[in-house]
Amino acid sequence: MAGAKEIRTKIKSVQNTAKITKAMQMVAASKMRRAQDRMQAARPYAEKIRKVVGHLGSSHPEYKHPFLIERPIRKVGLIAITTDRGLCGGLNINLFKKVLNQLDEWDKQGVKFEAVTIGSKGLNFFKRLGMKIIAEASHLGDRPEITDIIGSVQVMLKSYESGDIDAIYLIGNNFVNTMTQQVKMRQLVPVVASRDENLKHHWDYIYEPDSKEVLDSLLDRYIESLVYTAVVENVACEMAARMVAMKSATDNAGDLIKELQLIYNKERQSAITQEISEIVGGAAAV
Amino acid sequence: MAMTIHVDIVSAEEQIFSGLAEMVYAPAVMGEVGIAPRHTPLISPLKPGEVRLDLGNGKEEFFFISGGILEVQPHVVTILSDTAIRADDLDEAAAIEAKKRAEAALADQHSDIDIARARAEIAAAAAQIAAIQKLKIRR
Repeated sequence: MAGAKEIRTKIKSVQNTAKITKAMQMVAASKMRRAQDRMQAARPYAEKIRKVVGHLGSSHPEYKHPFLIERPIRKVGLIAITTDRGLCGGLNINLFKKVLNQLDEWDKQGVKFEAVTIGSKGLNFFKRLGMKIIAEASHLGDRPEITDIIGSVQVMLKSYESGDIDAIYLIGNNFVNTMTQQVKMRQLVPVVASRDENLKHHWDYIYEPDSKEVLDSLLDRYIESLVYTAVVENVACEMAARMVAMKSATDNAGDLIKELQLIYNKERQSAITQEISEIVGGAAAV
Repeated sequence: MAMTIHVDIVSAEEQIFSGLAEMVYAPAVMGEVGIAPRHTPLISPLKPGEVRLDLGNGKEEFFFISGGILEVQPHVVTILSDTAIRADDLDEAAAIEAKKRAEAALADQHSDIDIARARAEIAAAAAQIAAIQKLKIRR
């Protein structure tokens, strides 16, 4: 029964692995719920600031902020949001695929690019790619705060303002539901202000102290809020993807155990049969 | 009943207050402002300080904000509050730190971009996944 013992240890080790994946699945499920709550909590601010920026788009301030002016694109900046940890299915891989396609396209158009990465997976990927990374933020944990990302976003905005890059794109995962996460890329700067169609008459704010200062601080915050909501959403995606991945791992382990158990039983059965036939054979010889 | 104005106080991380008030006092950069219903549209950055809401019937609410933006429309006041103290030099410091982290992480970088190689690696990973799935079906 040498084989049987080996199979028994194998079953034991698969069972242990299944225990771990099961635990990870449950942890991810509860973290996902909390991440979704945070997504909801961040929504009012994002909506309000989008509305205000939309109003500004339909009013006519005398000062045109650089973030609102389009210019010919020679170099773009990409803010890529990824996870810090693995074991979350194809979440990051799907994002990298999309990034590669986009980079290829830019390359063909002769557009240069550089990146800001949020999350260590993205950092490693772009590093291996040899892409220029001008800032990074990683190890934000499960509760990212807006202060964690301000620095990285500021680097991008500064290099936009100085004319080094001509557009900024944000790429991250969109939380559709627990089973589905979608990679989404959107343009951050120049700001595409959604015009409020309901406003029939044109009216403008009183800007205090002046439109320049107000627009400066407002647009900075608007972009930060967009990045922040995307980061929070990406955490929810990560947890959902991990939950699904770990669930399928646990299921697979269950199947494996069943199969191994079957082999073990067969082995045991044949050993017993052999022993009986040996005894019977021995008895017959006497 | 006295005239009221709808007030929303939100920060990037959560909603802080949403409801009606008779009067709103906020610390604008040019000095404290009081907003009554049907105020003319106004937009102004805020200093760190206290936002006071007069809810009527002698009831008041106080909120401390560390700066932000005040937007006033005739029937809605929106306060976009910051979660942290913001100043240009602080932002600058954060930016420099983010840059430094990237530079430290990239210390051993080789220069040219090799999209083809990365794509090949991803293709290999995808092929592996496909193979595993096929194996699974066969079982």
